[in-house]
Amino acid sequence: MPLSWKTGGLLLGAVFFAAVLLVKPIGVSTQFVILDGILWDAISPDVVVESPEAKSGHSSPNAYLNKSGGKYAQNVANPWNYSFVFVIAMVLGAAVSSFLRGGVPVSERAMPAIWRANFGDSVVKRYLTVFAAGFLVLYGARLAGGCTSGHMMSGMMQTAMSGYMFAAGAFLAGIPTALYLFRKEA
Amino acid sequence: MQQILLALILGGLFGAVLDRIGATNPNYIIKMLNLTDLHLMKTILFGIGFASILLFGGLMLGLVDVGHMSVKDAYLGVFLGGLLLGTGFAVAGYCPGTSLTAAATGRTDAIVFVVGGLVGAAAYMGSYAAVESTGVLQPLLGGKATLGTVAGAKFPALIPGVSGEILGLIMGLVLVVIAFALPRRLTGGRAVEPAE
Repeated sequence: MPLSWKTGGLLLGAVFFAAVLLVKPIGVSTQFVILDGILWDAISPDVVVESPEAKSGHSSPNAYLNKSGGKYAQNVANPWNYSFVFVIAMVLGAAVSSFLRGGVPVSERAMPAIWRANFGDSVVKRYLTVFAAGFLVLYGARLAGGCTSGHMMSGMMQTAMSGYMFAAGAFLAGIPTALYLFRKEA
Repeated sequence: MQQILLALILGGLFGAVLDRIGATNPNYIIKMLNLTDLHLMKTILFGIGFASILLFGGLMLGLVDVGHMSVKDAYLGVFLGGLLLGTGFAVAGYCPGTSLTAAATGRTDAIVFVVGGLVGAAAYMGSYAAVESTGVLQPLLGGKATLGTVAGAKFPALIPGVSGEILGLIMGLVLVVIAFALPRRLTGGRAVEPAE
């Protein structure tokens, strides 16, 4: 059982506030790009190169990694910075929390009950669908310049217009999609 | 070094809180979006509202460094990207942060989602120049705009001349009120507790 929405909301709000008080607003989806960059650079080392002319000290032939003075290229070259470590710690924090509350039941691990109720038991079907969904979500997050954490939560916390625009888009698409797909309750 | 320590503490807390509020469970995400269980929606709205009140209250009291604020650019792609993300969010029940944390709780479909996400992010890297040429990345509303004018910040305001701090407090309160006012569910029937 999750926390009550009041307790949960207070804790969630406290973490978002603590992040902006101590460092900067929380964001996650950029780190998918950084991890991609690290993997890509491991295969072909000329993806990120040192460049004294670039503002960040690194540049890339890829226009996206090279934007804003090579900011992403710099983070690919030196990933042990705040934002990347934050995401790794987030994964560890969730793992510890899940372990302490007894973990996810085996029947839930390959797909959630609500999916099973509407689309059956096929693991292949679930995996193919979530792969496509993951593609869409991260393509969308990078197009938007942020995700649920960076735009919706951190953005709306700061009354950022971009945060409201993003939330409007996400719910305008998300609610009809979920209403259409998930008609049976688990 | 201090930054890394803060990243470990704040990141660890964020991951644990995401798990404890049920955000690592795609049942709750999907039930929020098909409006059969708004528990997570109430949690998130209350969380954003509470954080907003602390942030703008803290700014007014001089307890928060305005330089720590970081507002992202507004442009058409933000809305379009939101539509794409919202679609995948509803299909899978995962977003970028909750897929990583759900994978950490042992959900294997979340791992597949993360792999799809890495490919999607790579596809954006590959198509960035083409996307940019369409003009959807051109800043709107002056770029990094906030609702009102925040003292000491360079953000353009949607409503210039009005205190961004006061508007921030009001918006925070509005979100808290919505969190309290929302019913547990909006569509017919009785909320059913998920398997977990």
